[in-house]
Amino acid sequence: MENKEQINIRQPLHGVKVLDLTHYIAGPYCTKLFADYGAEVIKIERPGEGDGSRRLGPFPDDRPHPEKSGLFLHLNTNKKGITLNLRTQSGVRIFKELVKWADILVENFEPRIMPNLGLKYETLKEINSRLVMTSISNFGQGGPYRDYKASEIVLYGMGGAMFSTGLPERPLKLAGSMIQYQAGTFASVPTMGALLAGKIQGVGQHVDISIMESQLGSVDRRAQNILSFAYSGETAFFRSTRLGLLILPHGRYPCKDGFIEYAGAEPVFWPKWLKMLEMPELLNDPRFKDITDLTYKDEFEAIFLPWLIEHSKQEAMEKAQNAGVPGAALKTTEDVLNDPHLQERGYFFEIDHPETGKIKYTGAPFKMEKTPWKITRPAPLLGQHNEDVYHGLLGYTKEEMKTLRSIGVI
Amino acid sequence: MSGLPLEGIRVLDITVVWAGPFATMLLGDLGAEIIRVESLKHFPTATRGIMVKPPKAAMKGKLGASYPNREPGEMPWNRFSWFNHSGRNKLSMTLDLTKAKGKEIFKDLIKISDIFIENNAAATMDKLGLNYQVLSRVKPDLIMVSMPAFGNTGPYKDYKGFAPVIEALSGHTLLRGYKDSDPSQTGVPVYHSDACSGATAAFAAMLALYHRNITGEGQFIDMSQAESMMPHLGEAMMEYTMNNRVLEPIGNRSPYSVPQGCYRCKGDDKWINITIASDEEWENFCRIIGHPDWICDERFSDILARAKSCDEVDRLIEEWTQKHNPYEIMHLLQKGGICCGPVMSEEDALSDPHLKEREFFLDISHPESGTHPHPGFIWKMSETPAVVKRPAPCLGEHNDYIYKVLLKKSEEEIEQLKKEGHIGTEYLVDDNG
Repeated sequence: MENKEQINIRQPLHGVKVLDLTHYIAGPYCTKLFADYGAEVIKIERPGEGDGSRRLGPFPDDRPHPEKSGLFLHLNTNKKGITLNLRTQSGVRIFKELVKWADILVENFEPRIMPNLGLKYETLKEINSRLVMTSISNFGQGGPYRDYKASEIVLYGMGGAMFSTGLPERPLKLAGSMIQYQAGTFASVPTMGALLAGKIQGVGQHVDISIMESQLGSVDRRAQNILSFAYSGETAFFRSTRLGLLILPHGRYPCKDGFIEYAGAEPVFWPKWLKMLEMPELLNDPRFKDITDLTYKDEFEAIFLPWLIEHSKQEAMEKAQNAGVPGAALKTTEDVLNDPHLQERGYFFEIDHPETGKIKYTGAPFKMEKTPWKITRPAPLLGQHNEDVYHGLLGYTKEEMKTLRSIGVI
Repeated sequence: MSGLPLEGIRVLDITVVWAGPFATMLLGDLGAEIIRVESLKHFPTATRGIMVKPPKAAMKGKLGASYPNREPGEMPWNRFSWFNHSGRNKLSMTLDLTKAKGKEIFKDLIKISDIFIENNAAATMDKLGLNYQVLSRVKPDLIMVSMPAFGNTGPYKDYKGFAPVIEALSGHTLLRGYKDSDPSQTGVPVYHSDACSGATAAFAAMLALYHRNITGEGQFIDMSQAESMMPHLGEAMMEYTMNNRVLEPIGNRSPYSVPQGCYRCKGDDKWINITIASDEEWENFCRIIGHPDWICDERFSDILARAKSCDEVDRLIEEWTQKHNPYEIMHLLQKGGICCGPVMSEEDALSDPHLKEREFFLDISHPESGTHPHPGFIWKMSETPAVVKRPAPCLGEHNDYIYKVLLKKSEEEIEQLKKEGHIGTEYLVDDNG
């Protein structure tokens, strides 16, 4: 048991060491979760270019600069950054020293890369038997599609709910890179499980995350659809303008100054809808006696749509929520950054960075009463912590570092 | 093989709909004992069905597809696909928390548990008199994860939020859409936030467990489902905080790769997604599909030209894809290093050779629903592989184990609890509340 003072400032993953061989989105988001909750994360980048996300925007004033990529800065908070060329023998040897140091290694290369570098799990296990190695890949570490290429949309189409998303005319992807972020989030779960198993049972292991499978086994309505299909040969969710399970509205509707989303199309909400509309008399209306019968759906909409046009999105949301109906205004990114609820909860977090100055970032995904989420440092500059790690941690002399630098290892 | 990572950890679960049950499913897959505490007098909607006893009319509609052979049976709540997916490896007990005796029994359960997870409206546990302040007096090292839609403080704390509400308020909905389309015309809602917040809650619970292992301390975790998802919108958020710019929806296109799209294929409702990330890939693509003439066509010769004529490029690609089956296209183009893949229907996924070889789907037998392929685990662990110890529980299926073995109640006490509406296997409410 430690003394109280130490406990008070302690983050939950204090003392956990993560070696981060990830790039772009899925892997870095996973290690960001570990870093933001207190793990010591050393991120390895290729000398010269670094993580590919440094080339992707957004950039301040749209001026590309490898130290100013919004995507990179967002995904790599709290990490230490070093450069290391794994295509050299010295690079591989140094990497193995770091594997000895680490509790966890996360990588998201194509599955053939680590074995090609001579760094497959079985080899690394020889060096550190307690190592948790998490590999995030598009289709998993084995199987016929193992080496197929994938992108955000391809992953969503194959694993996710895309077939039932959008209008009948054409399936539609999610915004941005949601599936890759999701994969990083999912990967944190078995990685943490493996860490606990390692600490208690002393076993290391390899965790294989297939981004395709992680969606199929999730709850974004794809998995529910699959089991429904197995049950009945059909699915409850399909591409259509609205989710027409019952007579209640479900989906997005125009109102006075924007749009509002309604969920909660279940019978229990029916009286609440009528309360929101201030039309309790409809409860006894014979047309709406059985709300699973869609015959009078249009009649209900003829009452509902004009009501909406009289209300702003904020008013419509408040009326809905006050009556117990799950409704929400459709907010722009600007609305979100200025949202009173998020402001009161202190969600967005300003981070200073030597190249960009102060910028607001998204904050803690959850608040722990005793072991806080914390930003101790912004994303690293390329190779910023080479000296810390090579000299401080691994004990290379300044001379040796010079040599390694001259032959392009670091 | 070793024991599962969370073996010996007991989790009390009062979760509803999708996000919370996903969190406890993941903890169960890691070996924790999950006890769902359910009430016979309250039917949480969209959890074990959207109606206690769905009428015949509903069975003919799309909702009916969620029941085996479109038959709800005597006890529809045990045959509902949404619940039976995320219910694996869990136990179910019934208890009425609105009664004093129910609260007492719940506290006895808390004493012998490690983690308590709930995702009800923020005020629910306060109203029941079973919030963290009360429960942590009973069990000082309790870990409690409370995950309402918008968190436990702030002006929206009492807002009711299913995933579509969370997606709307966090900005995802307006970013997601066909180019230049009316936001109300982008189809049914999506449920990304359920998947994200469920997994994040499981991660949070394990962080607290890790801390407890070292310090002996439990704690309360306040998780807003919306806040757990908003980092997933990183690019759009940073675009605004860096440049005060609000991104517009771009449909299926990509800001980095041109062309990218979802193209119609031969057959009924068949589609392929294609992403072409470089000029070199574009050249390969043109050769493979028999249009080497496009390589030198100045309308398409480099990424900037293709971006200018992207509608035309999409039209020409679709002319070709419409003549072929999406799987054929995938194998053909992938051989040439082109990134693409079919938009898989549920049927496609269930018969996909890659998923078969990786043994992704699990045949699970359920006492009331029969044997079916179920979506499998979201990870493969080499030393502690997940297993299905049991199918999703029927309502109250494990009352005996929990009341007799764990709580050591006598037969007389159990009889009394049955009479009082705590113990049972059928709901005591109907669809009118």
